[in-house]
Amino acid sequence: MVISHRIVLRFPRSLVDQPIVCRLIKDYNLEFNILKASVTPKEEGLLVLELSGERKDYEKGMRYLAEVGVETQPLSQDVIRNEARCTHCGACVVICPTKALALDPLTRRVDFYDDKCIACELCVLACPPRAMEVRF
Amino acid sequence: MTKTIAEINEKIRRGQAVVVTAEEVIEIAEREGVDKAARHIDVVTTGTFGPMCSSGAYLNLGHSKPRIKIGGGKAYLNDVPVYTGIAAVDVYIGVTALPDDDPRNRIPPGHFNYGGGHVIEELVAGKDIKLRVQAYGTDCYPRRELETWINLADINEAVLFNIRNAYQNYDVGVNLSDRALYTYMGVLKPNLGNANYSTSGQLSPLLNDPYYKTIGIGTKIFLGGGIGFVAWHGTQHNPDVLRGDNGVPRGPAGTLAVIGDLKQMKPQYLVGTSMLGYGCTMTVGIGVPIPILSEQILRYTAVKDEEIIAPVIDYAEAYPQGKSDILAELSYSELKSGEIEVLGKRVPTASLSSYSKAKEIAHILKEWIQKGEFLLTEPVAALPGVESGITFKHLKERPVEKAR
Repeated sequence: MVISHRIVLRFPRSLVDQPIVCRLIKDYNLEFNILKASVTPKEEGLLVLELSGERKDYEKGMRYLAEVGVETQPLSQDVIRNEARCTHCGACVVICPTKALALDPLTRRVDFYDDKCIACELCVLACPPRAMEVRF
Repeated sequence: MTKTIAEINEKIRRGQAVVVTAEEVIEIAEREGVDKAARHIDVVTTGTFGPMCSSGAYLNLGHSKPRIKIGGGKAYLNDVPVYTGIAAVDVYIGVTALPDDDPRNRIPPGHFNYGGGHVIEELVAGKDIKLRVQAYGTDCYPRRELETWINLADINEAVLFNIRNAYQNYDVGVNLSDRALYTYMGVLKPNLGNANYSTSGQLSPLLNDPYYKTIGIGTKIFLGGGIGFVAWHGTQHNPDVLRGDNGVPRGPAGTLAVIGDLKQMKPQYLVGTSMLGYGCTMTVGIGVPIPILSEQILRYTAVKDEEIIAPVIDYAEAYPQGKSDILAELSYSELKSGEIEVLGKRVPTASLSSYSKAKEIAHILKEWIQKGEFLLTEPVAALPGVESGITFKHLKERPVEKAR
């Protein structure tokens, strides 16, 4: 069974110069799409990937990452909507490129589908009451 | 059929008034006809919840010992400057005010995370606010410096006084240029990337009373979660514009100045707001009750989104240059469908005004009236109407000769 997940990878400083993603893809037969990549001032690496492949291969790949010391977590945990601040105006819906923020035509409220979110952060500053919080 | 406000108030007192929202009345008028609906409906409640920049509050901070004359000096609330050009301890805080050290648009687009609107929201939420004052000192007001925490509960008066709110209709902003624009209408993506609008349409107060037949000076309203009043017509009130057969203006027209005690308001209806690359403001919740005094007034309140037309304006060229070019005229039902057509292109739409919050406000006001807690007021004077001769003036610039 083919599965696909959006995950956040954190590389400690000691691993930043190693071809870990290359081995992940070649040795475990996985496909990837880079959604975001950055190196922090502390020289730690951060990579947001959409990773897909056979379930068995995916699980082995995740074990490999854990063994070499790369921390992983699902992407959705990093993008949060502060429900108390959101006014459901809808200014974000034309800014979000993946329709993770979408207006319900019946309730006229904005729904946040965090499984569609790629953490591009465009909504964060476009939101007038600043309800979107992205934590990496 | 005619009713008076006194008669409606008597029914409200007895808990027998029939109150519906400006959304609910549409279906009732269609089902029963205007005449029948007008006979049994007493009040229609409206609502709006959007960014309103001409808002602010005046505060009387109380006198310190020894006294300090803030008037004519400098004062800050949470580092946001307030207006001090009034008496010793009165100040006015405007929602667009920014801390002196805010970088503004130095590296565009500026973020504008905190300004006067945020201070008002926090004040209403009961949070302590830091007051800092520099004064010049006088014989009767000797003190020159002051730094203290203040709290809404401890100061004498705190009054929300917004000089232009609740715009009767508004532009739809688009961008014909090839770069992103950061405007008070939100982020406008290049090449007609999106179209942003900002009224609550069929729920909006002045769109339900297009000729100001019931809303006037002294009208009691829902303001910021509490009770307020219409104080005057708002600035830029411009009644003599092009209107549809239903009387509804086809662009920005009337406005309201509103006032109310900040101490009984709620922070969820006065929300500090940041417009990327533009500035700070405050999103204000307003609800106005419309007494159904005649069939004609009910017909006005039954206006629906498809009968409210707004102009589409290019914010790259036409708006900043003060040109009156209209790219298209579209109804609110088209705008709310999520996509419109402008110059042959399909353009996704977004709102800056929250329809769901506007609906919530109309329902809260409806409940207050049904429970007999909120009586209607008779306006003490009408708002200037179409016949008033008011025109919307642009600034007339005249060269200032330099002194020799």
